[in-house]
Amino acid sequence: MTLGKVLYIDLSKRRSWVEDQSELFSDRLGGVGVAIKLLEEELPKGADPLDPDNVIVFAVGPLTGLYPMASKTVALFKSPLTGNLGESHAGGRSAVAIRLTGYGAIVIKGASESPIYLAIHNGRVFFRDASGLWGVGSSLTVGRVIREREPGAGVRTIMRIGRAGERLVRYACVNTETYRHFGRLGLGAVFGSKKLKAVVISGKSSINVKDPASYRKVYDRIYEMATKTALMRKYHDIGTSMNVQPLNTIRGLPTRNLKEASFEEAHMISGENLAENYLGRRVACSHCPVACIHLAALREPYEDEPYFYKTTMISYDYELIYALGSMLGVSDPEGMLRLMNEVEVLGMDAISTGVVLAWMTEAYERGVISDDDTAGLKPRWGDWRVYLKAIRMIVEQPTEFYRDLAMGVAYAASKNGGEDYALAFGGNEMPGYHTGPAAHLGFLTGARHSHLDSAGYSLDQRLLKKGLKPSVEKVVDYLISEESWRQILSSLVVCYFARGIYRPEMVEEALKPVGYSLDVEALRKLGLEILRDKNRFKVREGFNPEKLKPPKRIYETPTPLGHVDEKSMEEAVKLFYERLAL
Amino acid sequence: MSVARRVAIVDNERCVGCQLCMFACTRRRGYGGLGFSAIHVKSTGGIESGFTVIVCRACPDPPCQKVCPTGALTVREGGGVRLNMDKCIGCGYCVDACPFGAIFWNPEVNKPIVCVYCGYCVDFCPHKVLTFEEVKP
Repeated sequence: MTLGKVLYIDLSKRRSWVEDQSELFSDRLGGVGVAIKLLEEELPKGADPLDPDNVIVFAVGPLTGLYPMASKTVALFKSPLTGNLGESHAGGRSAVAIRLTGYGAIVIKGASESPIYLAIHNGRVFFRDASGLWGVGSSLTVGRVIREREPGAGVRTIMRIGRAGERLVRYACVNTETYRHFGRLGLGAVFGSKKLKAVVISGKSSINVKDPASYRKVYDRIYEMATKTALMRKYHDIGTSMNVQPLNTIRGLPTRNLKEASFEEAHMISGENLAENYLGRRVACSHCPVACIHLAALREPYEDEPYFYKTTMISYDYELIYALGSMLGVSDPEGMLRLMNEVEVLGMDAISTGVVLAWMTEAYERGVISDDDTAGLKPRWGDWRVYLKAIRMIVEQPTEFYRDLAMGVAYAASKNGGEDYALAFGGNEMPGYHTGPAAHLGFLTGARHSHLDSAGYSLDQRLLKKGLKPSVEKVVDYLISEESWRQILSSLVVCYFARGIYRPEMVEEALKPVGYSLDVEALRKLGLEILRDKNRFKVREGFNPEKLKPPKRIYETPTPLGHVDEKSMEEAVKLFYERLAL
Repeated sequence: MSVARRVAIVDNERCVGCQLCMFACTRRRGYGGLGFSAIHVKSTGGIESGFTVIVCRACPDPPCQKVCPTGALTVREGGGVRLNMDKCIGCGYCVDACPFGAIFWNPEVNKPIVCVYCGYCVDFCPHKVLTFEEVKP
C-alpha cells in the first residue's frame, strides 16, 4: 500500500527522500491524525513560524482516491497568524494528486535561498527555479504559467501563493486549482518565507483494494446517497451562500464589524440573488459529484473603449459574502464580487481580510486611527472601492499601520487600540456566525479557532428552532464530541460537507474493503485522541487556555439566543479544557 | 448480432470536472485510483473555462488500428477497436495516432488503455454529460 509512504523535501538542501510510515497510517488512518504526529516530530519546539525551521505537512487518507467526496487534503504547519497550530484543508485536485503520485503525506522543511517551485510527477521531485514568477501580480497568472509548463493536465494540483504570501501577510492563503484554498491561518506566508512559490503534483496510479466486490458495493451506496437523496442538495443547488438569508432572518449575520447582527440589504448579497443574476458555472473537486464550487460571471465594461468587455469568473461562498459583504456593509453584489476577486488575485484569506477591514473601518470611525495611518484612504461602510484599495495596501504595506494590518486584527488592535471590537479568537479572525454562545465557545476552544472545528453555530440554530436551553456541561460535551468526530473525517480525509453521508457506521463500512477494521467505538476513541494530540501540541507551543478571551463586542450585540453571558462563557471555556483532559 | 455501442458526449458544457467517470473506469477493473482509466477529463485552459471529456469515439475506420505493428488492435464490428494484450508490445504508436488522445497509457504495465465500450462510466456521470449509445455509421 502506497499510503504509508511519506515524501520528505528539504528546501534548504534541495534534497528529497521517502520514508515508510505504514505503521503510523494504520494506527492513525491518515490526514490530520498522521499529520499532527509528523509535525510534532519534525518541528523544533518553539520554532518561529516564518523561520526555515517551520514545517509544512500535507496529508491525505485511506479513502482518498477511492470514494466520492474524499477529496480534501489537510495541511498542518505552525501558523504565523496565531503563533501556534496551523491547520487548513483544501480540495480541488490536491488530495487525489498526492495519493496517486504515490504518497500518503508530504513533509516540506527548510527554506530556499531563491524563489523556487516544486514539481512532483509520478512520485519524482523536481526543484524548479521560480525567480521569474516571484512578484507576478496575480496568483491566477502564476497558475496559468505553470499549467503551460508542466505535464499532468487533468490529474494535477497547482498550489501557489500570490503577492500576499510573498509579502508575508500573516493570513495569506495557498490557492489551488484557481478556486480552492488552504485558506485559514497563513499557510501562504509560510510558503513565502520559504521562497516556495508553488507546488505542482500529478499522478495517475491505481490503488489496490482488499475486497473489490464489496468496495464497489459500498461505493454505489455512497454515490446513491450523494446524488439521489437530499443530503447534499444544499451544497449543489445554491451552495453555502444559501445561509445568508436564514442567518439574517434570525439575526445571526455579523454586520458592520458585528455592531449589528442583521443586514438590511442581505437580499442583495444572498445566494439566491447571486445564483439568479451572476452564477456562470459550477465546478467540482476531483471525485465529488456535488460540484459546490459556484462561480459568478462578472461582466465589466472597459471605460476607455466602447463595446469592449471582460468577463471574470469569481468563486463565492457564504464565508466570503459575510466577510466582504455584510461585515463591510457592502450590498452591491458586483462590488462584493470585485473584492472577492482581489483577495483571490493577491492570495489572501477572505475571512481574515474582511474582519481586518471591518475593524479598520470602525477604528477610523471612532478616530482611533487617522488619515496618516490609512495613507489617505477613508474607509466607509459599503464603499467597496475604498476596500479594494485597502486590500492592495495590506499587501504593499506603505505605512506602519498597513504593516500592522498585515499581522492580523488582534495584533493591529493591540498596537493601535480598539481591542474590544477586534474580532479575533485565539488570534484567528472570526467566521460569519453570531448565532449564540455555542458558536463563540467553538471559535475559542476549537483547535484551529474556526467555525468548522466543532460547528457550534449549527448547534445554536438547532437549539433556537427547538426552543431548548441546555446546560453549559451539555454544550461543552457536544462540542468536544463533534470536534472529535471531525478529526476522523479529517483523517480519512472526507469533506465536511459530506458529513451527513459519512456517519460513523458508514465510515466503518467504507474502511472494511480497504483493509481497516475499526468499529464505531474505536473510531470515536481515535478521534478524541487526535483532538487531544492537537491540543497537546498547542500547549507545547505555548498555548494557554486561561488566556483565551473573546472580544467584548460579542457580548454587546445580541444573538438570536439573546445576549451571550460573559461569566458563563468563561466557565464554559474552563470546563471545556477540564473535560478534554489533556 | 449485438449492436456496437459507444460512450458519447452529450454536452461537455454540463461537465463540472468531478472525474467520477474516470474513477468508475478503473474501479470496474477492481482498483481504486485512475491507473486504468480510458476516459479523461481536463480543463480547457483553466477551471474557469470549463472542461473537455476525452473518450474513444469508436471510429468506423480507426487510425490507431492502422499503425499497430503486431495486430494487437483489431477493428470491432460496427466501429472502434479491440486490444489483444498478449500481442501488444507496448510500442505506443496507437497513442500517437489517435487525434483525440483517447488512447491512454498505463506506465505500471507499459501498455495502452483502450475503451472497451462497456458504458460503466456513464452510470456515474451525475450531470448528464455522457450517454451510452449505438454507433451510427
